[in-house]
Amino acid sequence: MKKMIESIAVPVIAVVIALVISALVILAIGKNPIEAYGSLIHGAFGNQQAIIDTLIKSTPLILTGLAVGFGFRAGVFNIGAEGQMGIGALAAATFASNFGGLPPAIAIPLTMLIGMVAGAGWAAIAGFLKAKTGAHEVVTTIMLNSITTYIASFMVTGPLATGYGSPKSPEISTSAQLPILMRVGAMELSSGIVIAILAAVFMYVFLNKTTTGYEIKAVGFNPYAAEYGGISVSKNVILAMAISGALAGLAGVTELMGVHHRFLGELAGGKGFDGISIALIGQNNPIGIIFAAILIGALRTGSNEMQFMGVSKYIVMITQAIVIFLVAADRIVRAIYARKKVEA
Amino acid sequence: MRVLLAILSVFINPQFYKIALTVATPLMFASLGGVFSETTGVVNIALEGIILMGSFTSVVFTYLTGNVWFGVLMAVVSGIILALLHAWGSIKWSGNQIVLGTAITLLAQGLTGFLMEPIFGQPGQTDFIGKIDEITIPGLVEVPFIGQVLGEISPFVYIAFGCVAFGWWLIYKTKLGLRMRAVGENPEAADTLGINVYAIRYFGVIMSGVFASLAGAYLSVGEIGQFKELMSGGRGFIGLAAMIVGNWNPVGAMLASLFFGFFGAFSNQLQSLQEIQVAANVKSLFDTIPFILTIVVVAGVVGRSRGPAADGVPYEKHD
Repeated sequence: MKKMIESIAVPVIAVVIALVISALVILAIGKNPIEAYGSLIHGAFGNQQAIIDTLIKSTPLILTGLAVGFGFRAGVFNIGAEGQMGIGALAAATFASNFGGLPPAIAIPLTMLIGMVAGAGWAAIAGFLKAKTGAHEVVTTIMLNSITTYIASFMVTGPLATGYGSPKSPEISTSAQLPILMRVGAMELSSGIVIAILAAVFMYVFLNKTTTGYEIKAVGFNPYAAEYGGISVSKNVILAMAISGALAGLAGVTELMGVHHRFLGELAGGKGFDGISIALIGQNNPIGIIFAAILIGALRTGSNEMQFMGVSKYIVMITQAIVIFLVAADRIVRAIYARKKVEA
Repeated sequence: MRVLLAILSVFINPQFYKIALTVATPLMFASLGGVFSETTGVVNIALEGIILMGSFTSVVFTYLTGNVWFGVLMAVVSGIILALLHAWGSIKWSGNQIVLGTAITLLAQGLTGFLMEPIFGQPGQTDFIGKIDEITIPGLVEVPFIGQVLGEISPFVYIAFGCVAFGWWLIYKTKLGLRMRAVGENPEAADTLGINVYAIRYFGVIMSGVFASLAGAYLSVGEIGQFKELMSGGRGFIGLAAMIVGNWNPVGAMLASLFFGFFGAFSNQLQSLQEIQVAANVKSLFDTIPFILTIVVVAGVVGRSRGPAADGVPYEKHD
């Protein structure tokens, strides 16, 4: 119990410190941080439409958070969720505009599968290279992110080009679009949020209730001991990267099938990188990740309103950076926490 | 045949080698920074962010003072500050160095984006604010071919080579360098011998900030004279790849950077060849060459190249 409280305390204190430092930054450019945060909260939760918007933004973030968090549990740092998300959506968009003849019961799972397989395959390249040659996944996945950007720009200006407006793919077939759960004004909350929560359940069950999940965790915890205990490290590293990539790919397809209905250049737009903050704030725990994703989703949504008062939405990135820093060097937070306790 | 000849003609053009050098220059700085940090045992993937911050800071101070070299100096200061932050989290608090590096890169992206409007009144990119001109080396410029490559080129290219020579000398020929290597290989043993492990590591990380920020300054005031959002474009990571390929040695990292520069220039020149008639979008696929190459090279050499034994492992003194 004490351990649980502490594992929640670290990210919570980190978020509070980060918000305080960000407030000082806002103050430094001559704006009122209380007003800025007020408009941020209003923008994220102020009315029904805002809440729906926050949930829409949180959906892919839950999935990229799960992707990165799953990787961390397996001992790999998948900094390539961004690229896997993009390639998943791109692959799905390539096929899903031709699914008009299929009933939704087939078209929807098929489109999701294509996106997940593409994301898994993209991540598995990095997993394979790590397992077989020792190439660090941080370097390889970053390179794969850049490659994804160029492939995407090639596709939307070439084979998939619609020929009008900004570069984008054609709209996917209606039968491949996710059903809408709720509609408030112009905001449509798709069933993607249900998929994201199911994915969190999957991650929990897989890691805690299956043998493969146990092996992956063992490799993440101590690869030498795992190998000694007869668990193949290389097999599990590749598998872990593939599952992580599949989750990121799923983030891409839920954006495609539930929000944009077509591939746009900026579809991933930093959501893969947000997954890193989310996994760290959520302490790699599926439930923690859901809450962390809603937090970051709220910051992103609310920051649009804050921007109207002249506080750039980049402040959210600064906040996130400080949170990541403090969670990574969690002893800073623990030291503050310990001092507080002594004083109390 | 005509296409093949056209491709070959790229290599006899001195301009190609000049571009290769300018592509390699920021990578030389970045990989040297990586070498300094990792030789002492601290992994620094914050290089990407430090480069970006350096690009931004040099433009800001050039804009405010009109003095480009003062801009470069302040870029170095910004690099030292970010590096200190990384060192503090990694050394003092034993944080996960890779995650800390990611945080600092994100911080740099956030700060540069955030400060664009208050300082320049516009998001995305600044106007042209001034740059450091190419220098002409008298005599050398008249030498055929070589003169066209090296005779008239950004001074940063020469500074980069100078830094590599300095780095090699410092790490392999001085007592300080010996201590850096000792701390990266076996901090316990170094500590027993009375070496201040923490101080040496701080030094290594700070130097990585100095070099990475020079890479950043080169990209903005050294090359195009303006700042663009996210203009570091992955060079910090490619620099780290060059460091690995160069076996954590300043000269090796320089050679690897030149190799990457060579291919960067090659893909760049291929796109401008009239003879290769492909749609514009296909040419964007050529841009993937440096990244694919980085993956292939890193995967190909890792087994054979070996970093410092205590690289990335926080050191904790036992009292």
